[in-house]
Amino acid sequence: MDTFAYVFAYIAFGLLTLSAVLCLYRIGMGPTAPDRAVAIDILGTLLIGFCAILAIVTGIVEVAGGSEFVAARMRDFYLNVAIAWALLSFIGSIALAKFLEGKGFDE
Amino acid sequence: MNEIIGFIIIGIGLVFDLFGCIGLVRMPNVYTRLQAATKCVTLGTCSILFGVLCLSGFDATGLKALICIAFVAMTSPTAAHAIARASHRFGVSVHKDAVVDRYDEEVDHHEEGETL
Repeated sequence: MDTFAYVFAYIAFGLLTLSAVLCLYRIGMGPTAPDRAVAIDILGTLLIGFCAILAIVTGIVEVAGGSEFVAARMRDFYLNVAIAWALLSFIGSIALAKFLEGKGFDE
Repeated sequence: MNEIIGFIIIGIGLVFDLFGCIGLVRMPNVYTRLQAATKCVTLGTCSILFGVLCLSGFDATGLKALICIAFVAMTSPTAAHAIARASHRFGVSVHKDAVVDRYDEEVDHHEEGETL
């Protein structure tokens, strides 16, 4: 099951990287500024998926090392990153929306 | 059995992510891009996190994945709504085949004589 999980994780990283490249294409070539704002928002949500797959992979590595407790700690680490990234991406998207409306941040 | 179900759900989430980003590239307008990308990528990321929950069970890892699902499901549609409203005020018009634009009518009705 571990070998299958490694192969699955590599395929998952490939698909997520392809999705991120499509988002970067839209960020670079977007005709207007709201297109770029949408693509930045989507890229932030994709990176949460990256962190989730990384959590699985690091858990498998540490189980092969032999310590179950360390495995749980490593999985927790990348999911903490995912939670923090979700909140920061939301704040960034709201700030971009306020900037596009042409208003200050306090109204 | 948990692992098989978890990997299947993660695979479904990955396919949704990829289709959402293809929609982000292929759609013709800001609003259609937002429509295609936000829904698909939100569901895809929530599916990946739910797959992590299925793989690990209800320990600390699974509960953190559940918290992250709640955050993504609350914040991502809110950010999409804010960006759609901001792009309408920014001046992006709807697609030429669009039938109705209710928000434009509302703005004209409420803010007559004011400049946006």
